[in-house]
Amino acid sequence: MTIRRLLCLMMLPAALGGCGDHSMTQQNRYGTFTKAALFRDGTEAQVPPKGAIAQGELDRARQVATPPPVDMALLARGRERFGIYCSPCHGLSGHGDGMIVQRGFPAPPSFHSSRLRAADARHFFDVITNGYGAMYSYAARVEPRDRWAIIAYIRALQQSQRTDMTEVPQLRSKLP
Amino acid sequence: MQLFRPGANTIAMLVIAAIGATPVLAVGLSYQLMRSPYATDQNVTRNQPVPFSHEHHVSGLGLDCRYCHTSVEKARFAGMPPTETCMTCHSQIWTNARMLAPVRESLAKGQPIAWTRVHRLPDYVYFDHSVHVAKGVGCTTCHGEVGQMRLMRQAAPLTMQWCLDCHRNPAPHLRPTEAVFDPNWHAPKDQAEAGARLAATYHIHTDHLTDCTICHR
Ligand code: HEC
Ligand code: HEC
Ligand code: HEC
Ligand code: HEC
Ligand code: HEC
Ligand code: HEC
Repeated sequence: MTIRRLLCLMMLPAALGGCGDHSMTQQNRYGTFTKAALFRDGTEAQVPPKGAIAQGELDRARQVATPPPVDMALLARGRERFGIYCSPCHGLSGHGDGMIVQRGFPAPPSFHSSRLRAADARHFFDVITNGYGAMYSYAARVEPRDRWAIIAYIRALQQSQRTDMTEVPQLRSKLP
Repeated sequence: MQLFRPGANTIAMLVIAAIGATPVLAVGLSYQLMRSPYATDQNVTRNQPVPFSHEHHVSGLGLDCRYCHTSVEKARFAGMPPTETCMTCHSQIWTNARMLAPVRESLAKGQPIAWTRVHRLPDYVYFDHSVHVAKGVGCTTCHGEVGQMRLMRQAAPLTMQWCLDCHRNPAPHLRPTEAVFDPNWHAPKDQAEAGARLAATYHIHTDHLTDCTICHR
């Protein structure tokens, strides 16, 4: 009788060992942006230590220094990125009348002013990278190559607002 | 003496049948429960530190998903907007709204806003946004009518069955590249042909798309 009781007792740890969640639903690792007790600031999203060079950083620096050649693909990319990141304030045509401005954001200057038409591409690049007055920096969301693409598209927008009809005679027949 | 009434045989048969059917029904019922919205957390809205409204920002203001979910085209993770992204607008508008106090506090303290997760796959499932977006599966196909949501909720069950239903035959859900982020997209009338054509242009091959190792790596 005691032997049997002892045996039962010995089975208990084995049975208890089977308890707990073994479904692997929660694995012993950190997910993106999760809380992480291991780090002092308590988050998995760590900034690289000072002096570290992120992968692709040199390539990015090269993209900053040299604008890519302008072709239709770059313009299409620029149009798409402009639509996502700039048009909420600057408007789809660049007049500075986007939806957020209509809701009370300070109006940006029109891209069709003579000052911004004359401004060189590097100025636009710097505005996107560092921000300008009330406008925040977009460097974290717009890659250097995409910044050049957006600038190419802004140039196309500027061109579109002052096209001389004599330059595109075939257009005349299409206008009402 | 008559011990049993005439109906006793029928009752006995019913009892035996019930004993036989109970396990089958129980399995069936638990299977249904397992996939019911109750168990999959479908349509549950979560309390958030700031009552952020997709209805307002997406439908009202016309913002593109990528303005905030920046990495959705490039990575597994869709990306959550850092406080600076809110501040690109809220540094100038609604600057004193009480609703936005946690956002201002987060910026001042350099502490990210702790959003409550709405979608969560088990850790043993591998999911990647970039491939779906690149192959023409739109946000609202999986996340529902985001543009109508005051508070975010999980629209799809996110069960394995749900993933597989599409992986077996994605064509009816495919959109042209430029419509992937459109929160108001609806399948055109000729989706049957259009979807098949798109599957070909995106080079989608379904023969390996249901292999276990695609999602359990
Ligand atoms: C949230 C609104 C907002 C968004 C989005 C925005 N801007 Fe601006 N932008 C402004 C405002 C406001 C100004 C005027 C700033 C000032 O003068 O204080 C401005 C100014 C500018 C200027 C003019 C600088 C000058 O010399 O006067 C350029 C160029 C510009 N933005 C480009 C862009 C580009 C490119 C994007 C997209 C990547 C963009 N902006 C997105 C609000 C915005
Ligand atoms: C103005 C910024 C912004 C825009 C634009 C935006 N979102 Fe969000 N999104 C957020 C924030 C902040 C959260 C976290 C709070 C929440 O869950 O509601 C979020 C959460 C989500 C979630 C739930 C994440 C989770 O916890 O599982 C999904 C899905 C989502 N967004 C999809 C979209 C889609 C699709 C679009 C485009 C139609 C979009 N979002 C546009 C800011 C934005
Ligand atoms: C591109 C500009 C823009 C961005 C980015 C933005 N908002 Fe807004 N938000 C607005 C505008 C404009 C309103 C006011 C809406 C109106 O006037 O109809 C608003 C209103 C709100 C409101 C209160 C109104 C309501 O009913 O929802 C909250 C809360 C809010 N935003 C939170 C956020 C948070 C959190 C973020 C960052 C994830 C964010 N917003 C990012 C433009 C923006
Ligand atoms: C094929 C279905 C599918 C599509 C298409 C899809 N999502 Fe998701 N999304 C999911 C699933 C599943 C999760 C949960 C991921 C997890 O828990 O790991 C998720 C999670 C998210 C999250 C939370 C953060 C994260 O990545 O875990 C956000 C934000 C989000 N999606 C936004 C978007 C946006 C914006 C789009 C459109 C560009 C989109 N999703 C397209 C299925 C999808
Ligand atoms: C509405 C359709 C749809 C849904 C729902 C869907 N997927 Fe997909 N998935 C696709 C398509 C289309 C592809 C691209 C196939 C290709 O590249 O040929 C894909 C590809 C993938 C890949 C990459 C495959 C590879 O080749 O490496 C993974 C991983 C994946 N899906 C996981 C999931 C998971 C997990 C879920 C459920 C949470 C899910 N998907 C739900 C349509 C869908
Ligand atoms: C398209 C993606 C996908 C593929 C392919 C896939 N699974 Fe899954 N699987 C999932 C998802 C998503 C879940 C989580 C479901 C949930 O949380 O309800 C899951 C859950 C599971 C579970 C746990 C079920 C539970 O209830 O705990 C098992 C076991 C499993 N899968 C086995 C397999 C096997 C075996 C295969 C190959 C025949 C396979 N899976 C192929 C997406 C997939």
